[in-house]
Amino acid sequence: MSMFRKSVAIVAALMLTASLAACSPGANPGGTAESSTPNTSEGASSLSGTLNVFAAASLKSTFTELAKEFQAANPQAKISLNFDGSSTLVTQITQGAPADVFASADEANMNKLTTANMAQGTPEIFATNILTVVVPPNNPANITSFADLAKPGVKVVVCAAQVPCGAAAKTDEATAGLSIKAVSEELNVTSVLGKVTSGEADAGLVYVTDATGAGAKVKAIPLGLDKPTVNKYPIVAVSSSKKQELAKAFIALVTAAQGQKILQEAGFGTP
Amino acid sequence: MVLLRRPGRWEYQAVPRWIYVFAVLGTLFILVPLVGMVARVNWSQFLALVTSSASLDALLLSLKTAASSTVVCVILGVPLALVLARAQFAGQRVLRALILLPLVVPPVVGGLALLYTFGREGLIGKSLSIAGINIAFSTTAVIMAQSFVALPFLVLSLEGTLRTAGQRYEAVAATLGARPSTVMRRITLPLVLPGLVSGAVLAFARSLGEFGATLTFAGSLQGVTRTLPLEIYLQRETDPDAAVALSFVLIAVAVLVVGLTYRAPAHRPRAIVVPEGIHES
Amino acid sequence: MSLDFHAVLAERNLNATISVGPVETVAIMGPNGAGKSSLIQILSGLLKPDAGQATLGDRVLFRVGPASADCSSSGTTHSARTASAASSWLSPHERGIGLLAQDPLLFPHLSVAENVAFGPRSQGRGKRAAMESAQKWLGEVDAVELSVRKPAQLSGGQAQRVALARALATEPELLLLDEPMAALDVNTAPFLRSLLKRVLEHRCAIIVTHDVLDALMLADRIIIMEQGRIIEQGPTAAVLAHPRSPFAASLAGLNVLSGALEGTSVQTPDAGAVVGRLATSQGAEFLATLGSESPATSRTSELPLASADGSMAVAAFAPSAVSVFLERPQGSPRNCFAVTVTELEPHGDHIRVRAGRLSADISPAAMAELGLVPGSAVFFVVKAAEVAIYPA
Repeated sequence: MSMFRKSVAIVAALMLTASLAACSPGANPGGTAESSTPNTSEGASSLSGTLNVFAAASLKSTFTELAKEFQAANPQAKISLNFDGSSTLVTQITQGAPADVFASADEANMNKLTTANMAQGTPEIFATNILTVVVPPNNPANITSFADLAKPGVKVVVCAAQVPCGAAAKTDEATAGLSIKAVSEELNVTSVLGKVTSGEADAGLVYVTDATGAGAKVKAIPLGLDKPTVNKYPIVAVSSSKKQELAKAFIALVTAAQGQKILQEAGFGTP
Repeated sequence: MVLLRRPGRWEYQAVPRWIYVFAVLGTLFILVPLVGMVARVNWSQFLALVTSSASLDALLLSLKTAASSTVVCVILGVPLALVLARAQFAGQRVLRALILLPLVVPPVVGGLALLYTFGREGLIGKSLSIAGINIAFSTTAVIMAQSFVALPFLVLSLEGTLRTAGQRYEAVAATLGARPSTVMRRITLPLVLPGLVSGAVLAFARSLGEFGATLTFAGSLQGVTRTLPLEIYLQRETDPDAAVALSFVLIAVAVLVVGLTYRAPAHRPRAIVVPEGIHES
Repeated sequence: MSLDFHAVLAERNLNATISVGPVETVAIMGPNGAGKSSLIQILSGLLKPDAGQATLGDRVLFRVGPASADCSSSGTTHSARTASAASSWLSPHERGIGLLAQDPLLFPHLSVAENVAFGPRSQGRGKRAAMESAQKWLGEVDAVELSVRKPAQLSGGQAQRVALARALATEPELLLLDEPMAALDVNTAPFLRSLLKRVLEHRCAIIVTHDVLDALMLADRIIIMEQGRIIEQGPTAAVLAHPRSPFAASLAGLNVLSGALEGTSVQTPDAGAVVGRLATSQGAEFLATLGSESPATSRTSELPLASADGSMAVAAFAPSAVSVFLERPQGSPRNCFAVTVTELEPHGDHIRVRAGRLSADISPAAMAELGLVPGSAVFFVVKAAEVAIYPA
């Protein structure tokens, strides 16, 4: 009974502390104070400790694979991955979340980190992405080109202009001289893809990598633009991180040939 | 914390003092984050932020759809609560558990379930689509998503009130010659009206805050399907100030509606005890 | 309208058959859990028995369970059975049976007049006609002046009067009263009791009560139930005068000892022989000898007294006939029981001394003189002339 009471008290105290901490934005909780074995820099294989990588949701499959490769090469090291929308991640980091590396799906969100003076050095572009049209496998609206999306009666789903994929779609639309009336402007690219794979929408605009990842659940139709909007993926170590060496090693893997191969297999373009 | 002690007031409370410490902690846990958010509101820009066409469309749509889904919840939820509280049939427990499911599954799952049922390729949606009825991407879809997640709140609240009220008044009304429909209209519903109002308010509040199921099932288009929570999520991407301002509006609306209409279960002057035998165990 | 009723409900250990005449009030009494309330609930249609049937006038209220399983009910059932052999069940609203419970249960959201008009309205009468009827019945219970009030503004006695008016306003063919006075205080109960006496005069009614006064004043007949069975019934005065069950005896306030008959004495297994006089008198006459609580009724009942030695018999005597001594009295042809005092309680203006199953009434002065406390060893003495002996 008293054990139970004690643990309840602890939980309540933690809740309060957490809520108080959350409402004091100025407080930097002293970076990542968790202990990691001091780096002796005797070569890559001796790297150890846990590296927190905050990466854009579209990097989920590739970064999971990259982390596996990295851990195979450095048995003492552990990569802890946190995937979410780039804007969510950058907000978390500037509010003090214990990130060591940040990989953004666009430069705008990376700029928020550099503006906050939390980037260690200059962010490095490691991949690019362009949009593509996706339709359900049975292609109910008989879409054969980007221009078909502007036809009346076609249910097109895009990202809202406020998110990177929506901004890119707007630009590409203008480049192609089209005026698409979308039935829904989704909050993220996953929702767009979901509406197409479920057959709810006739077509959607998503990144090439999303189309590749969806496999047979969608049919991709290239935009066919000479100058499509190229979305650039920058990566950087977070300045408050205590594991700069480990972070550097991971970023090196992503930008080196080994990492690039994995990214390109997933549909990403070269920087 | 100063406890008011008026002479002539009931003095004894079966609440140990240390309980207050936890009660205060609980209160702070809810209130402090709200304060934290309100502190972030950019007041100089507030009016401009919340009166943009996107914001007003979202607010209006939210109020409209939440009101509609509350009506849907009352129409479907009152019979459901009556059946759960009064009738006795096999599988009643299972039915109750199933109806409360939207309370425990993530709203996104609810949205997916609706999508695969009423969507263009869905179980029922396919036939509807052939008949020319398309629900997805419409305001109807928003109302359906909200009703789906809010219905258990009304059913749960009303069923509790019905059980507390007991069946004795209803039994007496029946011995006075009232048919079941008359009993329901003239006795049961008036007696549980406070519980019905509370349930409807909870359903409205839940509908107002609905996000996951709406996003998954209805999509997001200004003035049609993009409700206030969706607008907040979207604004957060580019304009955190607008997101915070709109969050404040959402909270203010919720507090206003709940505060004006919600009443905690009243302390009845006389205990209503269900006589042995009438009440199912 | 006359009622014939038989029901079996295993879950409540109920198995009872009763009938009530067209203009008769029957009191049902018995200890808690005897099945009185179950019986009322089955009659009003709120509880379903395993088996049984009931007819009110020429209407079948219900017929459930194995149709031919029990033919012990009265003749009416037979004719009704030929009319419809299939099982049937009338809902409460179709039965024409009024119910007045311990709790008035006035609808809290309706005014007094609306409460009383509820029945007539439900029976399809217009709003105006129902309201007129409500005023009439409120007049019957002297509550017209309460008509605009809400139930929360009534005292317990007022609420119960309104509830009575509400039950009567439907003009029920049978009125069920389930301990209608149990929740009232001693000052308001008599008023409602006399009111009930007036309205029950020409009705078919069943009253469940714990108060022997209700049975005496309101009922023509009394039914004693114990453990779901009817163990004793008959005209009220006769049952109270010659109780055969401990419960009926306790109602009448009598001491009852049972054993084998031997001449003018009863050989009890635990208290020895009890000498008395064979009760040849009529019930009311005997009752009149019991003391101040006797009713002034003139009901009579001939008792079958042809009993042989060795048959079971009961010896009954009033607590007021018992004298209490600290030592065994000498040379007197009286019954003497050595007992230990278990309880002392005020009873009117004297003290009731309980010793196990027996009790004696003594004056406070005698009590002080004897210095009784629970545990005192005393002798209960009663004259043979005060003991009535009759066959069980």
